[in-house]
Amino acid sequence: MIDALTIALGVTALALAAWCGFAAYRDQPTKDWHFIGMAVVTLLGLAQLVVGIVRLARGEHPHDSVAIFVAYLIGSALAVPVAAFMSLAERTRWGSATVAGAAVVLAVLEVRLYDIWGGSGA
Amino acid sequence: MPEPASESTTPQAPEPQAPEPVSPAPVSSAPDAAAPGRARAGGLGQGPGRLLVLLYGVFTVAAASRSIYQLAAQYHEAPLAYILSAVSGVVYAFITVSLVRGGEGARKAAFVCCAAELLGVLTIGTWTLADPSAFPDETVWSDYGMGYLFIPIFLPVTGLIWLRKRKARQD
Repeated sequence: MIDALTIALGVTALALAAWCGFAAYRDQPTKDWHFIGMAVVTLLGLAQLVVGIVRLARGEHPHDSVAIFVAYLIGSALAVPVAAFMSLAERTRWGSATVAGAAVVLAVLEVRLYDIWGGSGA
Repeated sequence: MPEPASESTTPQAPEPQAPEPVSPAPVSSAPDAAAPGRARAGGLGQGPGRLLVLLYGVFTVAAASRSIYQLAAQYHEAPLAYILSAVSGVVYAFITVSLVRGGEGARKAAFVCCAAELLGVLTIGTWTLADPSAFPDETVWSDYGMGYLFIPIFLPVTGLIWLRKRKARQD
């Protein structure tokens, strides 16, 4: 279950990165539609944080250490909202580029989370 | 959401047709050319700098949290690697703060730190390839930052170029 969420988050993050990267390429700042996209990714990230903590609380253990797992969970929940605020302050193409960068970082974090939890979720 | 009211709300940006004719030179435009009226002296963390702030922030968190965990939990396995991770975390943190604060002093300090960072990546990258036994565990800078998509080696170069550009603009 957490694997499905991880994959979904990774894919949506890459989609957001492409979308905002395209906006940056066209020299446009982030717009309402982009922020809705960021909100969706952020919600998924928060859901993953909750699911991850619940699973830890139920006594399941990641393949790697718990501290690393939690650190990655928090990092992946925060990456996109932080970039969203930065793009609010930067109303140029570079605000869009910043969100795209954060979304790529999030996708990488998801790959790592997948490994840390233990690959197939066993 | 503080949307500039003058903009017509574009429906779904990734549509192939371009609804509003933007300036037709998206690549060659100078950094910040699209952001006039940016008089603040040494706005290091604005325009392209904003992206640098994000990436340096990410690497600060990555390197610092990693080294704190490793120094606390498994110091004896690879002390050199963990201390180097801590050092790189401090360097990243310093550059992040300098970029956000701005000003000529911060620009110079960040420039020195970016140079140190580049030197660090090159040294540690070469060292890990030449003598892997010195590093039983990875650092951010191992193998020129391969584990981090080589961003650690691109980041200081980009930072140096950006900081130089800012200097040129001020003159």
